[in-house]
Amino acid sequence: MDFNDTPEEAAFRKEVRAWLDANATRKSDDKQSFRARNDDPELLAKAREWQAKKAAAGYARITWPKEYGGRGGSPILQVIYQQEEANYLVPLGFFDIGLGMCIPTMMAYATPEQLQRYVKPALFGEEIWCQLFSEPAAGSDVAGIRTRAERDGDGWVINGQKVWTSGAHYCDYGIVITRTDPSVPKHQGLTMFFLSMKTPGVEVRPIKQMSGGANFNEVFFTNVRIPDSQRLGKVGEGWKAALTTLMNERLAVGLPSGGLDVDELMELARDTDLEDGPAIRNAQVRGKLADWYVQQQGLKLTRYRTLTALSKGQTPGPESSIIKIVAAPKMQDLGAFAMELMGPAGIMKEEVPGAGGFQAQWIGGAGFRIAGGTDEILRNIVAERVLGLPADVRVDKDIPFNKLKG
Amino acid sequence: MNFDFSDDQKLLKEQVRKFLADKCSTKVVRRVLDGAETHAAEVWKGLVDLGVPATNIPEAYGGLGLTPLELCVVAEEIGRAAAPVPFDSSVVLATEAIKLAGSEAQKKKWLAALASGEAIGTLATAEGAQPPKPRSIRTTFGNGRLNGVKVPVIDGEAATFAVVLANTGGAGDRALSLVLVDLKQKGVKAKRVETIDPARKHAELTFTDATAELLGAEGEGWSLLERLYDAAAVYFAFAQVGGAESAMWMARDYALNRQAFGRAIGSYQAIKHKLADMYVKLELARSNAYYGAMMLAEGGADLPLAAAAARIAATDAYDFASKENIQTHGGIGFTWEADTQFHYRRARVMALSIGGPLAWKDKLVSRLEQKNAA
Repeated sequence: MDFNDTPEEAAFRKEVRAWLDANATRKSDDKQSFRARNDDPELLAKAREWQAKKAAAGYARITWPKEYGGRGGSPILQVIYQQEEANYLVPLGFFDIGLGMCIPTMMAYATPEQLQRYVKPALFGEEIWCQLFSEPAAGSDVAGIRTRAERDGDGWVINGQKVWTSGAHYCDYGIVITRTDPSVPKHQGLTMFFLSMKTPGVEVRPIKQMSGGANFNEVFFTNVRIPDSQRLGKVGEGWKAALTTLMNERLAVGLPSGGLDVDELMELARDTDLEDGPAIRNAQVRGKLADWYVQQQGLKLTRYRTLTALSKGQTPGPESSIIKIVAAPKMQDLGAFAMELMGPAGIMKEEVPGAGGFQAQWIGGAGFRIAGGTDEILRNIVAERVLGLPADVRVDKDIPFNKLKG
Repeated sequence: MNFDFSDDQKLLKEQVRKFLADKCSTKVVRRVLDGAETHAAEVWKGLVDLGVPATNIPEAYGGLGLTPLELCVVAEEIGRAAAPVPFDSSVVLATEAIKLAGSEAQKKKWLAALASGEAIGTLATAEGAQPPKPRSIRTTFGNGRLNGVKVPVIDGEAATFAVVLANTGGAGDRALSLVLVDLKQKGVKAKRVETIDPARKHAELTFTDATAELLGAEGEGWSLLERLYDAAAVYFAFAQVGGAESAMWMARDYALNRQAFGRAIGSYQAIKHKLADMYVKLELARSNAYYGAMMLAEGGADLPLAAAAARIAATDAYDFASKENIQTHGGIGFTWEADTQFHYRRARVMALSIGGPLAWKDKLVSRLEQKNAA
C-alpha cells in the first residue's frame, strides 16, 4: 500500500506541474483562493482566459476524445491535473456544469455537425452552458416538471419556469427538460432540448441566496420557439437523456475545497478560553474534534480508494457515494460548533478572527446538503443501488401526468 | 495511488472467509454462547492449520513472516464470522506484546509456540471496577513472583500464558511493567466470570506467588501498553469492520424479506436510510482502517493517529450496525434464537477491551496536538 503515482502518472504530474508553473501563480498556502464572488464579471473574464489557455494546452478535458479537444486520457490523469491545479491561484467553477454535464449529454444525442459547432467553444470557455432541470414544483422529483414544449410546425414552443439554474445569468446555452405529452405517466412524456439563452422569450432572474450570493436563477420561458433540430434524443425519451446528465452531476458536485476544517477548529479551541480553561482541554470539545477528524480523514481516504481503482484502470466501487452524505452535514455542524465556541460574539462578523469563515460553513452547509441531491435522496441512492433495497413506492408512476393531483 | 490490498492478500482473505463460512456458521457461535466450552476448539485448530496465528510472526521464530496487511485481512474475516476463537487475545494482543517487548529468548520460546498453536496467549490488564491506569493497578511483581487478581481476562481459561500489567514499584506511569506468566502452574487460578458475551469466555485470574518474568524493561509497562494498543487498534478495527458489514447485510436481507403494511420493510425510507447510514459508517471505518494498516505495515510516523482514527470509526460502525440490525428485525431480533445478538454482544466487547471511544478520542486529539506542534 502506498499513495505513490505509477511511473506514467508521475511523468504526467511533472509535465502538468511544469505547465502550471509556467502559466499560473502557485498558492502560498492551501487555504488561499480566488476570493472574489462568482457573480463578479471580472472574475468571469479571467476564468474564460484561464480556460482557453488550459484547453489550448490540452488539459481542459483530459478524458475526452482527441477529436473534441481532449487527449483520450484515463480518468486518473484528469484527477492528477485537478490535484495540481488546486495548488495554483486560478479562477475555476464556471465551466464545470457545462463540460461535466451538458456537453456529455450533447455528445450522447447531438448530431456530428452540432458537436462540431458547440463542443470546442464550450471547452475553450467561449460559451458557457447551464442545465435547466429543476422547477418550483419539481426538485428531488425532477420527473414531475411542468414546463411544456408543444409542436408548432417543424419546431417547438416552450412555456414554463425553471429554478435553481446555476450560472444562467452568464450562460450562453442550456439543456432543458420539458413535458411534451401530459397524457402519459410522468417519466414517459418528457423530451430534452438545447437552446441559446438569448432565444426570445427566455428571461433570467437571479435568486438571492440565504448566503447573500446570487449564483442561482429562475428562468422563465414565454412562447420560446426552437427548431426540432435542437431536440436531444427521441420525443418522449427525455428522462433517459436526463439520467445521462444526472449521472455526470454526482461526479461534478465534489467536495467543497478550501473551507475551514478540523485544523482551524483546533486552532480556535486552543485560543478560546472557557470557564474551566482552554476549550481544547474540554472533553466534549475533544470528542467533537476527534469525530470530525475521523470523518475528514475517512473522506480523504475513501477518495484514495476510488483513485486507486481508477489508477488500476478498474471501475471504482460504490464507496464514493458516501462523500457528500458525510461532507455536507459536517460542514454545517462544524461551522455551527465553532460559532458556539466563540460565545455570543460568534454571531458577529469578524469580532472573533476567522468567524466569517466558520459562519460561511454554517450557512453554506445548509445549501450544500441540498445541492446536487439532498441528504435524503443520496441515502435512497445508497440504499437502492448499493444495498439493493426496493425503490420507494411511487403512487404517481402509472398515472397520466394530467390526471395527477396538485 | 495504491491504497488497496494486493491480489494475494485478497486471495488469503477469501480463503479464510470460505473456511469460516464452512466451519464457523452462526450455529457454532451459538454452541459456544450456550455451552461450557472455552472456545470453538475445532475452528481454532482449523485456523492454526491455515497458519493464522503464524501469519505475522517472523520466520526466524517459526512463523510465516507475512506482513501486518495479511493479518488485517484475516482479522476482518474473524470479525465477520464473530468467530468464538482466541484471535484478539492470542494472535493480536499476546503475539504483538511479545514481538514488541520480548527478549530474544522470550521470542524464541513464545512466538514459536504461538505460531504452532501449542500456546494460546492473552493480555491481563483490568482489575475489576475502574478502568486500568497506573495508580489503580494492585497486582504486584517482584523477585520473580506475581501476586494479585486480574478480571476480566479474555480467554483466561483457554490461555496457556498471559501478559500481565503489574505494579513494580516505580513512580507515576513508571509504576507499571509488563510481566509474562505461564498460566499452567500452581500459583495461578482461573475462574470463569459471566459477561455480556458468553461466546467469548472471560476469566478471573488469581496469582499467588506465581513464577513470572518481565516482558520489556521495568517501569515501561504503561508506555509499552500504549504502543501495543496502537497495533491492536488497527487489527481490532478490521475485525470490527468485518462484524459491521456482516450485521449490515443481515439487516438488509431481513428488510428485503419482511413484509409489513403490504410491502417489504426495506422499501420504507426509515429503514432504507438507517441501512444507508450503516454503509456510510462502514466505509468511513474501512478507509480509516486501511490507513492504519498501511502505517502499521510501513512503521509510519502517523501510526498513533491513524490507529486512533481507525479505532474510533470502526467502533462506531460496529456499534451502530449491530444495534440497528436488531432494531430492523423488530421483536424477533430480540429473541435468544435470533442471530442478531452475536454481533451486538461482540461489538460491545470489542469496543471496551482496549479502551473505549472516550479514551481513544482523547488520545486522538492529544496526538493531533503533538503532530501540529511538531
